[in-house]
Amino acid sequence: MIFVGERINGGFKDIQRAIKEKDKTIIQHWAKIQSEAGADYLDVNMGAASNKVEDFVWMIETVQEAVSTPISIDSNKPAFIKEALKVCKKPALINSTTADKEKLDEIVPLAVEHGASLVGVCMDKKGSPQDVNRRVELGATIFSEAVEKGLPEDRIFLDPVTMPLKFLQEQAGNVIEAIRQLTLLSSPPPHIILGLSNISSKTKEPSLINRIFLVMCIEAGLDAAICDVTDQELVNSAITAELILNKQIYSDAFIKAYRESRRK
Amino acid sequence: MQIPDVKQKWPNPINTVTIGATKEEGGTRTCTVTVGGATTLPYLHFEGEIPNPPVIAMEVWDIAPSDWHEELGKNFSDVWDNPGRWAKKCVDEFGADLICLRLQGCDPEEENKGSEEAAQAVKEVLKAVGVPLIIWGCGNKEKDNEIFPACSQAAAGERCLLGTITEDNYKTLVALCQADKHKVIAESPVDINIAKQVNILATDAGLSEEDIVIYPTTGALGYGIEYVYSIMERGRIAGLGGDKMWAMPILGDIGKEVWKVKEAVATKEEIPEWGDHTQRGPLWEFITAVVYLQAGADILIMRHPKAVKETKKYINSLIG
Repeated sequence: MIFVGERINGGFKDIQRAIKEKDKTIIQHWAKIQSEAGADYLDVNMGAASNKVEDFVWMIETVQEAVSTPISIDSNKPAFIKEALKVCKKPALINSTTADKEKLDEIVPLAVEHGASLVGVCMDKKGSPQDVNRRVELGATIFSEAVEKGLPEDRIFLDPVTMPLKFLQEQAGNVIEAIRQLTLLSSPPPHIILGLSNISSKTKEPSLINRIFLVMCIEAGLDAAICDVTDQELVNSAITAELILNKQIYSDAFIKAYRESRRK
Repeated sequence: MQIPDVKQKWPNPINTVTIGATKEEGGTRTCTVTVGGATTLPYLHFEGEIPNPPVIAMEVWDIAPSDWHEELGKNFSDVWDNPGRWAKKCVDEFGADLICLRLQGCDPEEENKGSEEAAQAVKEVLKAVGVPLIIWGCGNKEKDNEIFPACSQAAAGERCLLGTITEDNYKTLVALCQADKHKVIAESPVDINIAKQVNILATDAGLSEEDIVIYPTTGALGYGIEYVYSIMERGRIAGLGGDKMWAMPILGDIGKEVWKVKEAVATKEEIPEWGDHTQRGPLWEFITAVVYLQAGADILIMRHPKAVKETKKYINSLIG
């Protein structure tokens, strides 16, 4: 399971303030906590806090001062992605492109050139996908375009677009089925990723909803998530789900073993 | 249409473990032995690297065995009253890459030798040969914990492989390995989950992952070999796939298991249809070794010189 830590996001008030005041401490605090919790990537998202590319670069450099965890470049603007890739010390995850040809033409080559991985979100300028078929169709488009442009299959992550349970409850089932079908695109299957916390936006019991949805998605073929990696129950649920699917060998200390193996 | 490349990319190489220490490294060995390091499944050279060939340790006891079959005895009975001379014959005449000294004489049900005598046997073998040493206890937990400190001390700096730790008995040997710079054999009873758990316990207690060799217990051909094979295969796939607690080299204790079974030892007179046991015994040991090599075994402990010779030829053909 690949965990992308979601917390360094300008949508959070403390991060927003840190960006505006150029205060490194809060960003580095979240970088360390998420890394210690086992994050494989740290998502860096400026949100609405700024629209200056220098601020985005500053965020990434601030994180890299504190930890060596690879960066997930959370932007869909090619200019921002380009500048970010220049400063990333380790191969990054570009989060994201859509299925629109113009975006793919600009962003896929950046991933190829910089040895980065790429998240392709299953939507386009026509709008958010409303059913299983549209998600799979857009995912297949992204996948085949990326492969054709020379991106190795194991660096492609497809995101079938999580929607809030509270407002679009029927979409949860569509996401799960879309994951199942997207895994059929290649053998071995492409990585499938979700922005997990969207499912529980504005609900009660968000942690419970997040972890049950995560487990159901893992069963369908999900192998990556942008989520709250500091939620121990969430991470333990993912580890246990992988065990049940025979993706990890059981041992009595299976939780500890999994966490330890990520620490090194 | 381009045929897709079916080569697999494994994310995690198997650890390498070096046994033996030369003078420059603080020991007295004339050579060292390094095992492990594979980046793919056994011998798929087109797909990855197999940097270190498997090695053969010949088995030597601290006492003359009373129950070894005559077919074995005829090779060693002239030397087996002295572990040093026995070890020397194994290296000089039969080409052993390592010696495995089994302290069977310390078993309370054998001669119940004490830690001083055990340490003395270790010293004698270290003096007689330059190859690296495996020191295997008598199998009685309490007795082994009693004799190993002296043995470990006697071989301090020689980077030996000490055996074995188990799920419920590992603290003594782990501490000795850390103190005297040895490596450890982690034993489990044909159980892939316990094998992983033993490694977790050992590394939790402070041992490095690179100091461990996995011993999933050995079954001779016809006596459970396929269970062990499937564990080794599944474990090796997990190790290569990223499970650090299964990314260790693997050891098979071949000779001991094979020479217990009737297919190896029954004479032609006892079971005429089975043919000449002087061929059959070594052949049973050789074939058992071949199966373990196919599953990925890195260290084989063997007894019969003919089986050792054929296995060495086979290893050369696998390495290519």
